[in-house]
Amino acid sequence: MQLYLPIAEVSVNAFLLLGMGGIVGVLSGMFGVGGGFLITPLLFFIGIPPAVAVATGANLVVASSVSGVLAQVRRRGVDFTMGTVMLIGGLIGSALGVWVFSRLTAAGQVDLFVQLSYVLFLGAVGILMFQESLRALLVARQVGVSPVRRARIHTWVHRMPFKMKFRASGLYISALPPMAIGAAVGFLSAIMGVGGGFIMVPAMIYLLGMQTKVVIGTSLFQIIFVTAFTTVAHAVTSQTLDIMLALVLIIGGVVGAQIGSRLGVRLRAEQLRILLAVLVLAVAGKIALDLLLTPSEPYSVGFTTGVSAGQP
Amino acid sequence: MIRALLICLCLAAPTLAAGEEIVSGLSQSRVSITADFDGSEILIYGAVRRETPLPVGVGQLQVIITVEGPTTPLVIRRKERVAGIWINNVAVTIDAAPSFYVVATTGEIDNILSATENLRHRITLDRVIRAVGIKDEAVDAPDFVAALGRIREKEDRYRLEERTIQLTAETLFRSDVVLPANLTEGDYRVRIFLTREGKVVDHQDRLIRVNKAGLERLLFNMAHETPLLYGLLALVLAAFAGWGASAVFRLIRP
Repeated sequence: MQLYLPIAEVSVNAFLLLGMGGIVGVLSGMFGVGGGFLITPLLFFIGIPPAVAVATGANLVVASSVSGVLAQVRRRGVDFTMGTVMLIGGLIGSALGVWVFSRLTAAGQVDLFVQLSYVLFLGAVGILMFQESLRALLVARQVGVSPVRRARIHTWVHRMPFKMKFRASGLYISALPPMAIGAAVGFLSAIMGVGGGFIMVPAMIYLLGMQTKVVIGTSLFQIIFVTAFTTVAHAVTSQTLDIMLALVLIIGGVVGAQIGSRLGVRLRAEQLRILLAVLVLAVAGKIALDLLLTPSEPYSVGFTTGVSAGQP
Repeated sequence: MIRALLICLCLAAPTLAAGEEIVSGLSQSRVSITADFDGSEILIYGAVRRETPLPVGVGQLQVIITVEGPTTPLVIRRKERVAGIWINNVAVTIDAAPSFYVVATTGEIDNILSATENLRHRITLDRVIRAVGIKDEAVDAPDFVAALGRIREKEDRYRLEERTIQLTAETLFRSDVVLPANLTEGDYRVRIFLTREGKVVDHQDRLIRVNKAGLERLLFNMAHETPLLYGLLALVLAAFAGWGASAVFRLIRP
């Protein structure tokens, strides 16, 4: 069934879109990532203009995150205090990122910068996560005990002022590190056009030492607001949001998110992290290959007035 | 006044009669893009009206039909390897290129149209794409124009359909032009040319209006006229769908 999209001005297969939304939804529910780093390249691949792909992808992430977070709330998997503190940092970082993005657009090399940040951040996060979870998995298998609880380890993070109690996370730490992480993620998400879950989830586990069971829900909670902001910003500034495209993706996405969050419960934390690491590395690898291999068509056609939006 | 005009016309008649005139029609002059729009086929038909019998001893009559979508300025970029990675390094701006262009003919275009007539009427694609002064932007600017043709041909936006027009007894002609699903809104200009020995004998312009309709129109207008409301609506939709799926799944499997 072909569907003509009013803003993207292309005709695409509706079932293909449903499937893509579904896959991203499953990942979102399973790992607590928004899926923006996956949906944007996928949409671009099927011929949606980059600017439309970024704006509409953000809207999909809102929906799948809402669906995922509701499932997590019932499981008491959301630390609202932590999420709010991170969100404050996130909005500051996001505003800064938007400003940098516009400066890069003016310089004409925004596409390259976006691609390089994808390779760099996804690559680094993927490798770190893969190493760590593989080690944890091996240790758990050999000794037969669970790995060291990170929350018990005291680092410099625990010696800062403005200490707050994050009951659900099992933490009593300064509000500054979570806010800084939120700001960094907000900045990156504005530049890379993603929710930032793939950076936030490992940061929460490894830097803050939060309990794994609240990490996903809290990450989703924060992502909802960051991507909602992005969606409206794109709709107002560049009119590149395609509601028709969003709706079909969302239907697939919300159903996928429910399935994903149920699958996630059955898997062990280490296994979950290894899967996410592999996925993140795959996307980073694909973008790296695009940069390194000789393209089959070195030329590309663009509109002079169109927005050169962040897309890998 | 009208009488004077009529006399003029009558005086002019003998010279007109010597020529050949196009009488043409389109199966539809309006295309509505709705949500399930999947391309459209337009029949362009017509006849050649002449007051005198078919001329003898001259070349055969030929027909060329072009359909041209709205034109826009474009940027063509080329990737080059810099420090090991491929980046967009050179860009060339093209003043105007059609979003869609089809040339249909009764014979091979080079045989039925002279270069000077092509230049005057801008019939083939290379004459339609306006790229003045691009030589200043890049030394190999023609490569960029060639790449544009190649990319849009692959997208089914540019087509050269030689020998697809049926011409009966040098009088009746018809051609089916397929408009693809990824159509851009705007006025599509249809031009019909009659040529003999490479020269254009007569030509006629017609218009096909391509518009979004129904829901497509509504959403497009809303996105451009009330963008904030449109963005918020998208959020409400997203939140509602997210909550809805959560509630439904809880009912199915608590």
